Amino acid sequence: MRNSTLQKYLSWIGAPAVIVLLCLIWEVSVRVMEVSTLILPPPSMIGNRLIELVQESDTWNHTMTTVTEVVIGFTLAVLLGVFFGVLLGKIVWLELTLRPVFVLLYIIPNIAFVPLFVIWFGFGMGSKIVIATVLAFFPIMLNVLLGVKSVDPGHRDVMSSLNATKAQRFSNLEVRSVMPYLLAGMETGVVLAVIGAIVGEYLGGNEGLGYLIVRTLNQMDAPGLFAVIVILSVVGLIFYGMVFLLKRFLIPWHESVYASRGVSV
Amino acid sequence: MTQPSQASANPGSSVAGDFRPSPSRVKISIDGVSKTFQVKKQRTEALKDINLQIAEGETVSLIGRSGCGKSTLLRVMAGLLPPSSGNILVNGSPLWRRSQVDTSVIEQLGVVFQEANLFPWFDVTDNIALPLKLRGVNKTERRKRARELADLVGLGGFFNSYPRELSGGMRQRVAIARALSRGPELLLMDEPFGALDAMTREKMNLELQRISLATQVTVVFVTHDISEAVFLGDRVIQLSPRPGRIEEITDVGIARPRSVDVQTTPAFGERIRKLRDALEG
Repeated sequence: MRNSTLQKYLSWIGAPAVIVLLCLIWEVSVRVMEVSTLILPPPSMIGNRLIELVQESDTWNHTMTTVTEVVIGFTLAVLLGVFFGVLLGKIVWLELTLRPVFVLLYIIPNIAFVPLFVIWFGFGMGSKIVIATVLAFFPIMLNVLLGVKSVDPGHRDVMSSLNATKAQRFSNLEVRSVMPYLLAGMETGVVLAVIGAIVGEYLGGNEGLGYLIVRTLNQMDAPGLFAVIVILSVVGLIFYGMVFLLKRFLIPWHESVYASRGVSV
Repeated sequence: MTQPSQASANPGSSVAGDFRPSPSRVKISIDGVSKTFQVKKQRTEALKDINLQIAEGETVSLIGRSGCGKSTLLRVMAGLLPPSSGNILVNGSPLWRRSQVDTSVIEQLGVVFQEANLFPWFDVTDNIALPLKLRGVNKTERRKRARELADLVGLGGFFNSYPRELSGGMRQRVAIARALSRGPELLLMDEPFGALDAMTREKMNLELQRISLATQVTVVFVTHDISEAVFLGDRVIQLSPRPGRIEEITDVGIARPRSVDVQTTPAFGERIRKLRDALEG
């Protein structure tokens, strides 16, 4: 029992401890070796710059822009991913025709299309939303497709032997079997949506955290650059955490969630 | 070649097709059922002209080597696989209309599969209550009924457990309770204890016997274990492979309920020896 409690809290104590330790090593070695702060500023300097940035309303506006792009883009990706995933999973000829196309589009580096989207959808939030959607769409869609095709035939037999209607099969079996696949797709998708929004902001426009990174770079503000990356990480972490919480809430019975809750339930 | 429905005995099979130990009401009648699978150009005759009547309250074991079509026959009886010809009559009404099942006939059946096939997202209570939920029984009522059934199959303390927290034997008990929840007149079981260890299996056999006698349900029990087949069955139906047909029907002739000790009696041993000879010969 003592052992399992210790294990339960280890990731909450251990991981921060390792990060603090790494920062200490970083701080000391930068100072000892007298590395230029333009190349690698010490964590303390980044921390000070972060505190400055957080106090500027400008930073918050840029953060909100990125957050809005990710939220809209990711939501669209989930809706489209579920729609096409279910459609292709249900209609065989459609899967045979479209699946290779989707796989091809997924495999080719679609980041390469970002300049095109900027041309098509402008320098505003529109193009970033499209990029976030496109990047997050594929893993979600392909996972849902896999989920629809992976409904246990034994479970289908049970429903048949119970005279279940289509609607009953849908709500009691299919939706619930697909849920773990959808959430796995969302976990990958949300990370890609953040990447998509940031890369979009690198290339065009004058708002968002991606733009802020480019601006601090142009100003040779290395501590600022690192500070923005920290903000970005926090944003990404919050998004990922939300998907994780959703998973705990929607599929508490699933192995991926069950195992992470520790030994005793 | 669809045969006309005949409720009366039809001595179509090679051996003793009209063997009927009990004059009581026929619960289910297998009427000239054949099933042919066609995979690419390969035709396989899985079942050939099966005729059998099972009386109300009777437990019948279906036995045969793997691949002899016993599971196929059970799937045809459960409304999951349409026969190529022939039909299944439950209380005199045909289960199959061409390749469509009559849903009102299905309502009278309970099916237990080789695997428990529990829904991992439901706890024990909700798994057992699923058939009632599909019938539109309200939540309080169906939960109450599910708990009674959980008690009946000996899972009193596990109402809120999830399938993954249960052992194989417990899962199969939940599956049996689920099959019983609609109060079926006929319980169809496809090697339900095949994956269990010998000790658990023996315990489950006793439980099944107790439940079937308590609920007066008619049972068709598919197995490849001779001693299990003899222990549970009023009759043992032996299928021969390719094409699957009834080879022999053995009347066990030992009164039920039977205790575990029955297995050491000469009568029991004699039945087993006879069946083993027939299966190997």
